[in-house]
Amino acid sequence: MKPAKFLAPSPQPLSREGRGALSGDAITMGADFLQFLVSGITVGAIYALAGLGFAIIYNASTVINFAQGEFIMIGGMSASTLTAAGVPLPLAILAGCAVAMLGGVLLAKFAIEKARNASVVTLIIITIGASIFLRGLAEVVWGKEFHQLASFSGDTPILLLGAAILPQSLWVVGVALVLILVIGFFFTRTLAGKAMLATSYNRLAAQLVGVNVRKVVLAAFALSAALGAVGGAVVTPITFSSSEMGIMLGLKGFTAAVLGGLGNGLGAVVGGLIVGIAEALSAGYLSSAYKDAVAFVIILLVLVFMPNGLFGKRGTERV
Amino acid sequence: MLLEISGINTHYGRIHALKSVDLVVNEGELVALVGANGAGKTTLLRTLSGVQNATSGTIKFEGVDITRMTPHQRVAEGILQVPEGRQLFGPLSVEDNLRLGAYRRGGKPNDDIERMYASFPILKQKRHQPAGTLSGGQQQMVAIARALMAHPRLLLLDEPSMGLAPLLVGEIFNAVQGLKQQGTTIFLVEQNAYAALAIADRGYVLETGEVTLHDTGEALLASDRVKQAYLGL
Ligand SMILES: Nc1ncnc2c1ncn2[C@@H]1O[C@H](COP(=O)(O)OP(=O)(O)OP(=O)(O)O)[C@@H](O)[C@H]1O
Ligand SMILES: [Mg+2]
Repeated sequence: MKPAKFLAPSPQPLSREGRGALSGDAITMGADFLQFLVSGITVGAIYALAGLGFAIIYNASTVINFAQGEFIMIGGMSASTLTAAGVPLPLAILAGCAVAMLGGVLLAKFAIEKARNASVVTLIIITIGASIFLRGLAEVVWGKEFHQLASFSGDTPILLLGAAILPQSLWVVGVALVLILVIGFFFTRTLAGKAMLATSYNRLAAQLVGVNVRKVVLAAFALSAALGAVGGAVVTPITFSSSEMGIMLGLKGFTAAVLGGLGNGLGAVVGGLIVGIAEALSAGYLSSAYKDAVAFVIILLVLVFMPNGLFGKRGTERV
Repeated sequence: MLLEISGINTHYGRIHALKSVDLVVNEGELVALVGANGAGKTTLLRTLSGVQNATSGTIKFEGVDITRMTPHQRVAEGILQVPEGRQLFGPLSVEDNLRLGAYRRGGKPNDDIERMYASFPILKQKRHQPAGTLSGGQQQMVAIARALMAHPRLLLLDEPSMGLAPLLVGEIFNAVQGLKQQGTTIFLVEQNAYAALAIADRGYVLETGEVTLHDTGEALLASDRVKQAYLGL
C-alpha cells in the first residue's frame, strides 16, 4: 500500500490552476487558503500535543525528551494494528496509551533517574538513544510498512466556503482541544497539578513541602506519553502510521515547544499551531518539498533571534 | 526528646561539612544554632530534611530512626523547614504557596489559610499576587506560613532574618517567639547570634562543621567566647 504523502493531511485544494496567477479568481484563492489553513490546524494540533509533552517533561525534570515522537508512534501503531486484529477502537487507543505510558515511565525510571546528575547533553543523548531503541522495537513488532486506520466518522468531506474538511480533521482538532483543556485544568486547578508546577519552579522547595519529586518526574513522563499516544491514534486515519512516523512528529513538536518558549505549555500549543499552519501554507503555495524545512527554519530563527521563544522560557528556578 | 542527632557527618564530595554533630531538641523548646558564614548550619538543616544525605550517624525523631527517610517522608513525620532564601514558588500566587504547604496533609486547608491570614494580614491583601513579587519581609512571612500549613511537629528556620531591614528583623523574631508560645517546637539557625540566643531556651555554636559550645541561651550570651566571636563585644 502506498501511503498518502506523510503529514499532508487534507485533500488537495479544489483548484491548482487559479492559484498564483495574476488573474486568479479571488474566491478560489480564498478557498485554497482556507484549505491550507484547515490542514495546517490539523497537523498543528498534533504538533501542539507533542510540544505540550516536551513542555511537561522539561518542566518536571529539565530533560528535553526526544523520544516524544515515539510515544505518538506507539499510539498510532497500536491503534492501527490492534483494530486490524479486531480490537474495538477505543480499547485499541487505550492500549496504545498504556504501552506508551509504560515506555515513558521505564525511560524515566531506568535511564533518566539513573543519570540524575548527568549534564543536559547526556540526558538528551539518553532520550535520543531511547527514541532509536523504541523505533527499532516497533519495527521488530510491527514491521516497517505503513498501517491504515479507518476514519472515526467516515471520509465524506464537509464543504465549508469551498474548502473540504475531513471529518477526521475535526476529530484531531477536537480531541487535541479537549486534552489541552484537561491539561490546563489539571495544572491550574488541582493540587497534584500545582505540585507538579511547583516542582518545576523550585525543586528544593517542593521537596520541603513534601512533594515526592521522583514521582512527579515519572508522572510527567506518563502524562506526556499518554498525550502523544492519543494524538498518534487520532491522526493515523489521515497520515497512516509507521514505525518511523515519530521522527518528524517529534522534531516538529520540539520546534513547537521551542517556539512557544521551552517549558511554557500554552506557548507550546500556540507554537504547534504556528508550525502546522506555516508548513501547510508553504506546502500549498511553494512546494510540498519545502514542508519539512519550514520547521527547521523556524527553529533556527527562534534560536538566533528569540532564544526564549514567543512567550518566554520557563526556568526551573524561582522567579 | 523530640529530635536527637548523634554523630552526624555530612560531606559534599571531599568537603567535610559536618563533623560528628550531636544535638538534641526537646518538645516545646526553641533551640538556636549560631555560627559564622560557612560553618555548616544550612548543611545541618538540609541533612535533617533529607535533601542532603548524611555519610554517617543517626537522626531520631520521636524515637524513630529517620536517617534513611526521603524528604517527603520526613515532612509527613512533621519536620518542616523554612529554607534559607525563602525558596517560594515565585510565579504561583501567595495562596497557592500556602495551599502547597499543606500538600502532605491532603484535605481542605481553607481554615488554616484563614488562620495564616489572621496572623499575617498583609498576606490576605496579596493572596492572588505571584509570591515572587512580594517584598523580602512579606516573602519571609509566606515561607513561614507555608511551613506552618503542614502543622509541623518541628519547625526548622534557616536565617529568617537574612536580608531584611532591621525593623522587619524584629518583627520576624517576634513572630518566631509567638510561635514558640503557641507550643511549636523550633530549631532556629542564625548568623544574627544575639537576636537568636536572646529568644532561645538553649543554643549551640557551630564552627567549621563542629559543635563547639552548647548551653542555655542566656549562658551563651554571657559567655566570653560567644561575646568575642559572634557579638563583637
Ligand atoms: N552544594 C555544595 N557543594 C559543595 N560545598 C558546599 C555546598 N553547600 C555548602 N558547601 C560548603 O559546606 C560548608 C558549609 O556550608 P553551609 O551552607 O552549610 O554553611 P552555613 O553555615 O549555612 O553558611 P551561611 O551562614 O553562609 O548560610 C561551606 O564550606 C560551604 O562552602
Ligand atoms: Mg546557610
